[in-house]
Amino acid sequence: MRSNRVGWLMLAPTIAILGIFGIVPFLYVLYVAFHQWNPFGANPYMIYNGADNFRRLVFDNEFLTSIAFTLKFAFFAVVSEVILGYLLAQLFMREFPGRGLFRTIHTLPLIVAPIVVGSVWRLMTTPSIGIIPYLLKSWFGYDLNIGRDATMAFALTVIMDIWHWTPLVTLTLLAALVSLPKEPFEQAQIDGANRWQIFWHVTLPMIRPAILATVFIRLMDALRTVDEVWMLTGGGPGAATRYLGLHIWKIVFPKTDYGYGSATSIIVLYLTLVMCWLLYVALVARRDQKRPS
Amino acid sequence: MRANRPVFSILLWTLLSLLTLFPIYWLFVISVKPAVELFTTPSLLLETVYWKNYVKVLGDDTLRRYMFNSIVISSGNAVLVTVLAFMACYALSRFDLAGKENIFFWTITNRMAPAAVFLLPFFLLFTQVFVIGEWKLYDTRTGMILLYCTFNLPFAIWTLRPTIDAIPKELDEAATVDGATTWQVIREVIFPLARPGLAVTLILTWVFAWNEFLLAATLTSFNARTITTGLSEYVTTTGTEWGTMASIAIITLIPALLIFSIVQRHIVAGLTFGAVKE
Repeated sequence: MRSNRVGWLMLAPTIAILGIFGIVPFLYVLYVAFHQWNPFGANPYMIYNGADNFRRLVFDNEFLTSIAFTLKFAFFAVVSEVILGYLLAQLFMREFPGRGLFRTIHTLPLIVAPIVVGSVWRLMTTPSIGIIPYLLKSWFGYDLNIGRDATMAFALTVIMDIWHWTPLVTLTLLAALVSLPKEPFEQAQIDGANRWQIFWHVTLPMIRPAILATVFIRLMDALRTVDEVWMLTGGGPGAATRYLGLHIWKIVFPKTDYGYGSATSIIVLYLTLVMCWLLYVALVARRDQKRPS
Repeated sequence: MRANRPVFSILLWTLLSLLTLFPIYWLFVISVKPAVELFTTPSLLLETVYWKNYVKVLGDDTLRRYMFNSIVISSGNAVLVTVLAFMACYALSRFDLAGKENIFFWTITNRMAPAAVFLLPFFLLFTQVFVIGEWKLYDTRTGMILLYCTFNLPFAIWTLRPTIDAIPKELDEAATVDGATTWQVIREVIFPLARPGLAVTLILTWVFAWNEFLLAATLTSFNARTITTGLSEYVTTTGTEWGTMASIAIITLIPALLIFSIVQRHIVAGLTFGAVKE
């Protein structure tokens, strides 16, 4: 038997780095969140102020609007991506020439840096240089200006996210579909089930874990979207696309009101983790229910 | 199922592929046009190719510095993360450590948190706490290399663990019986077998570090700025230089594209965190 000391030694650097850069910031931000601290304000020292920051946060309209917009964005983006991704995965289940090439092309957006994705969509949608406003204008006479139209700006952030992340959903669901056994489908067909019935009663129950896992990953990412949206709309017009990450980065952080900023960060972290945890529980609970049968 | 209609599939996928590729093509079109042509009627075809935007970007000292920083930070981080993850996975896989599954799960939680949440604590730690005399971790390449471990190390450990677990334990036991030390077992037995997995981890970590923007934008000011922050600097409310911005975006995109063409089939498993087994 080798001694476990070697094992711990090999694990030590990882624990040290994740401790210093994972736990320490968390504890630090928690500590600062209970203080009033603005180094460039009238009183540059840290003063303990209990839960005042959190009390203020509950009535902070900008923050609450940002939560609402983020949830709306995450909901529309993730739902569209899962539906679209599932349909595309089904299309990939068919045999046709060039399937490998098309799958490669379809995977491409995943690797593009978010900041580049934002730049690309900005170049396509900026009035007077972008192709999309030009086409909408000459075909439908519609004026697209995401610098002014809040609804369109929101819709475009969702469309951009769909372009960027649907391939991930397609590929994970495709992997799940490929691994399904054939017999239930054949049996259902013999029993005379139509396509909708097969989807609802055969396919969906079997790939539910994969769908939930995908939703879990996508939701986690959608809730923290910053780079692309900042590049496309800068959070505007007004605050229409100022999602939580952007809110912290552009509004809370530059104010140098560090105590309040820390409280905001903690609450955002808490909300994200709770949402992920709920989904995770749903995912695991489903699996456990399945096991006895 | 229904009879296959390959023609229908091919047509549909051709259309979808055009939708996928068009934004990137458009980026390229903008990057090779002189500024005066941008505001005329948009055209999809390129009559002339104008390389001056690239000449300008590659000749700019600041941007060259940003690119150099990006290369150093991504490479440093990728190597560090892969080495640490390899060691950690070996320890988790081969030693009977108390609570190792909890440690394993703890690593992933580091990646669940939104990066924006850590902006403020990292900024404060880098400017106020991790300070030795005049020297601070803020705006240093070392700082960025260490910082990216928070997000890349959990990813690497999670993708590498199955690879190491899949190597039969009998192999290292046989080697140990023959008198090999732990170091020799790792070097002669585990490393050669884990090499493909290590390569994919290294490459994906590199791309993640290269693509990162938010933390780099906040925790660097000049010395350690990366190319992604350079790209964002070209968007200003007044007079954005679209052509220059597009060519920086293309340059930022190129390494990822090259890498993508090499490890395309491994990317899905990596990006989905192994949550869905193939």
